[in-house]
Amino acid sequence: MTNPGTKLRVEDKLYQNRYLVDSGRPHIKVRPHKQPSANLLALTRVCPAKCYELNDKGQVEITADGCMECGTCRILCETSGEIEWNYPRGGFGVLFKFG
Amino acid sequence: MQMIKEEFDAIVIGAGMSGNAAAYTMASDGLKVLQLERGEYPGSKNVQGAIMYANMLEKIVPDFRDDAPLERHLVEQRLWVMDETSHTGIHYRSDDFNEVKPNRYTIIRAQFDKWFSRRVRGAGATVLCETTVTELVRDAKGKVIGVRTDRAGGAIYADVVVLAEGVCGLLGTRGGLRKMLKPEAVALAVKEMHFLPEEVIEQRFGVKGSEGCVIEAVGTISNGMAGLGFLYTNKESISLGIGCLVSDFAAKMESPYALLDALKNHPSIRPLIAGSEVKEYAAHLIPEGGYKAIPQLFGDGWVVVGDAAQLNNAVHREGSNLAMTSGRIAAEAIIQVKRRNDPMTKRNLALYKTMLDKSFVVKDLRKYKDMPALLHTNARNFFTTYPRLMSQAAQNFMRVDGTPKIEKEKATTAAFIKARSRLGLVSDAIRLALAWR
Ligand SMILES: Cc1cc2nc3c(=O)[nH]c(=O)nc-3n(C[C@H](O)[C@H](O)[C@H](O)COP(=O)(O)OP(=O)(O)OC[C@H]3O[C@@H](n4cnc5c(N)ncnc54)[C@H](O)[C@@H]3O)c2cc1C
Ligand code: SF4
Repeated sequence: MTNPGTKLRVEDKLYQNRYLVDSGRPHIKVRPHKQPSANLLALTRVCPAKCYELNDKGQVEITADGCMECGTCRILCETSGEIEWNYPRGGFGVLFKFG
Repeated sequence: MQMIKEEFDAIVIGAGMSGNAAAYTMASDGLKVLQLERGEYPGSKNVQGAIMYANMLEKIVPDFRDDAPLERHLVEQRLWVMDETSHTGIHYRSDDFNEVKPNRYTIIRAQFDKWFSRRVRGAGATVLCETTVTELVRDAKGKVIGVRTDRAGGAIYADVVVLAEGVCGLLGTRGGLRKMLKPEAVALAVKEMHFLPEEVIEQRFGVKGSEGCVIEAVGTISNGMAGLGFLYTNKESISLGIGCLVSDFAAKMESPYALLDALKNHPSIRPLIAGSEVKEYAAHLIPEGGYKAIPQLFGDGWVVVGDAAQLNNAVHREGSNLAMTSGRIAAEAIIQVKRRNDPMTKRNLALYKTMLDKSFVVKDLRKYKDMPALLHTNARNFFTTYPRLMSQAAQNFMRVDGTPKIEKEKATTAAFIKARSRLGLVSDAIRLALAWR
């Protein structure tokens, strides 16, 4: 693992991006769980927008506002049913100016 | 939005490289085409390095150079092997690349896709953005006969549906047309856009006018994972990024942005981007499974093209050209079936695969069919051990410090054998050669 403490920098990065957030309709949901699987836990570091975070009960939560819709979390956790993943409604979500 | 009651000859899902190629080819031939794109505008969801290969676009839009947003044509390519403080590399630069019709250009996808989409509309297709396709519609026998979207108005019908939905391929996997991607068959790449004045880019890379230079790099930058870094020059910006296999990211619990930041701070990269203004951070998947990961490409009422069909050449970093070509070939197959007044059945659409198998797309992927597995199982050696050794060898060769040359050479050889054993070195070399053949 490379050094922790990069959270701030990710937020700075995402700040550059344009989003149209579909308030109240998150396109990704984490199934309630007692303990995360290895893959779900890995998302707290692997998600490029740092949408996944560990709460103080040791469970993984998601705030999908900065999501870039890459699909990495879906590849790692959809088959096991730990997350439910959909595209945002048409026109919503990330809007790359350059891509 | 009103209900779409018309029936179409074809519905194309997605307005990326493959979808635009397919829609343009079919519409130009007079087919009634509806293209659906979930982004606000075509390109708003798409990420690429991006090198665009002209021949494949020229086959579709011969006069693209007249108005396509092209950044720089490439005259120089650098392949770097990096360790923590150095890079060793091959540079190839040739004035032959300054031709009337250059072979490779850098592009900016959001702009390029908008342009391509204008051409698609110009050819007569109906393009609807801000529309996410949620489901494929099938008849009682299972034939795909249309799609449902997240807009009000129910299903839209067509004789054939072209799935050009990109690497995630949600509709195809959910519709049971192909399996879910495996984490070891796909890479996650992150990328930043660094803006600099045109003159600064020209000075730093020794280019002038619309000449461009690209760097591709492997080594310790991927922290032991199978991965690749890239730096591409655009007119007034530099695309800088790095991608590694999703399975490796998960196993190492590595953060992609930490890798990217480390790359930016590498002493070989830092001076190239110094003083730049970062205007975007993007992430996207890249198919890496190669030939063995190609799924079923056609069925009753449907074909799949581009990244959704895993048509990506990881060794040569080609994707958009395979996407465009597969989109064009699928469209040509559909046009032929239609001309014969035949139904869009699985049997008739098999023509697409027959034609694709004969093209460079499948031939190239077949050539490297063993490469993904080799790099995946041997990531540590290929991406960390060998780059370090290469750097050491180069330094031994170049540093002049009074040690006799013969001793330096012996030290280099010993370091290689110590790190990987004589047998390991020989077997890696043979396996690499075989996979490359
Ligand atoms: C970082 C990076 C660097 C790359 N560099 C290069 C390079 O230098 N050269 C190269 O040739 N290739 C490169 N590639 C690969 C290249 O980008 C892809 O191969 C190419 O974009 C694939 O085109 P496509 O049309 O299949 O998919 P995409 O371009 O991804 O298009 C898919 C489209 O479908 C839309 N869509 C998806 N689902 C739905 C739905 N349900 N409803 C409506 N619309 C939908 C999406 O919004 C998108 O517009 C790179 C890729 C990445 C990530
Ligand atoms: S799709 Fe990508 S960016 Fe969005 S939450 Fe999943 S891993 Fe993060």
